Amino acid sequence: MDFLRPTTWAEALAAKADRPEAVPIQGGTDVMVELNFDIHRPAALLDLNRVTELAGWTSEPGGRLRVGAGVPYVRLIAELGNRLPGLAQAARTVGSPQIRNRGTVGGNLGAASPAGDSHPPLLAGDAVIEVESAARGVRMIPAAEFYLGVKRSALEPDELIRAFWMSPATGPQYFSKVGTRNAMVIAVCSFAIALHPAECRVGTGIGSAAPTPRRALAAEEFLAAELDWDARLDPAVLARFGELAAQAASPIDDVRGTADYRRHAIGVMARRTLTWAWNEFRSGHFERRAG
Amino acid sequence: MRVTFTVNGRRETADDVWEGESLLYVLRERVGLPGSKNACEQGECGSCTVYLDGTPVCACLVAAGQAEGREVRTVEGLADGDRLDPVQEAFVECGAVQCGFCTPGLVVQAHDLIERVEQPSDAEIREALAGNLCRCTGYEKILDAVRLAAARKAAAS
Repeated sequence: MDFLRPTTWAEALAAKADRPEAVPIQGGTDVMVELNFDIHRPAALLDLNRVTELAGWTSEPGGRLRVGAGVPYVRLIAELGNRLPGLAQAARTVGSPQIRNRGTVGGNLGAASPAGDSHPPLLAGDAVIEVESAARGVRMIPAAEFYLGVKRSALEPDELIRAFWMSPATGPQYFSKVGTRNAMVIAVCSFAIALHPAECRVGTGIGSAAPTPRRALAAEEFLAAELDWDARLDPAVLARFGELAAQAASPIDDVRGTADYRRHAIGVMARRTLTWAWNEFRSGHFERRAG
Repeated sequence: MRVTFTVNGRRETADDVWEGESLLYVLRERVGLPGSKNACEQGECGSCTVYLDGTPVCACLVAAGQAEGREVRTVEGLADGDRLDPVQEAFVECGAVQCGFCTPGLVVQAHDLIERVEQPSDAEIREALAGNLCRCTGYEKILDAVRLAAARKAAAS
């Protein structure tokens, strides 16, 4: 096995172009487990820890945040928790403090597990993934188009994840996750919601209840048509939203839970998170912005 | 490959390191520091918690090559000669050790907590130790030890 140690982004892209079979490693919280258990033995590891370009985030012209793939959860929570509240909530549920000190959204994207905690809030918040190759340059991939299958993403073998782009929240965002305890839990299933009041739209993300993380599109369209943004939440609308969210899931039975349980729980979490978000919105915490 | 890094203030070089090897393996098997324990090898138990450039991490999830040139502090590096660190003393005094296997990881993680947070609340202690499993004590005496160490630290400063 080779251990590749680029120190710049350009070197990292060159290394990945030269060795597309190399497995990128950032926090190691997924990659090292597979090595320790001899599940995979890649021909090379591509260590991205020294690539300083990945370790920071910036606020770009237009206001969107560009968060480097190497920013660990602990910094995401501390430095961006106010601007990306849904993602920060999800980040707080990742593993343990030791895991959050090392693990990154970039790594979560690279692994593309349907149970990854970052994915639902990335979907609900319209995140765009910036990937790059030495040969073809930058591609900007909306999160909804990034996940292709169980642990499969739109990333090409010669590409690396540079950053994700996301607008600071313009309305309340919430994340909910089912697990056996509050720490060290791989989601049985999870759900994220983001209110986009300026567009009178609600974004959603379903985790660990389908082959890929996915949006509950019919549920989003229903709310876009039926939600009265100047009124209290109509119980009938809330109930229908929960049903449509549950229908958007296509879960399986596995060691963590049954398909029936997951489908039910997605409906419950959809209703809960919308209620939390709506109550926060109606309380005036987030000002409604002119569309 | 060769990996050179600083452990507990000493520069160490390990040779013939396999590229897929963990920092934990290097510490235990190549540098002769068996304090950090090898249990789950998947970041679930916290027994291998060490400082990497001042941040507590699971050494089993750090690739050996990622430690190149960096500073590692293990449980062996907490005491000052024969004088135990206050967290270690508190674990002894409170009987926060039964079989002892989880203790090094808990000590390092608790050490980090009381460095960062003066007088941590019970909720903060539980959150900080959420990734460290003990299968013997039921955690009560461990919580007592962290409270005692934090109180002494606050009183001393």
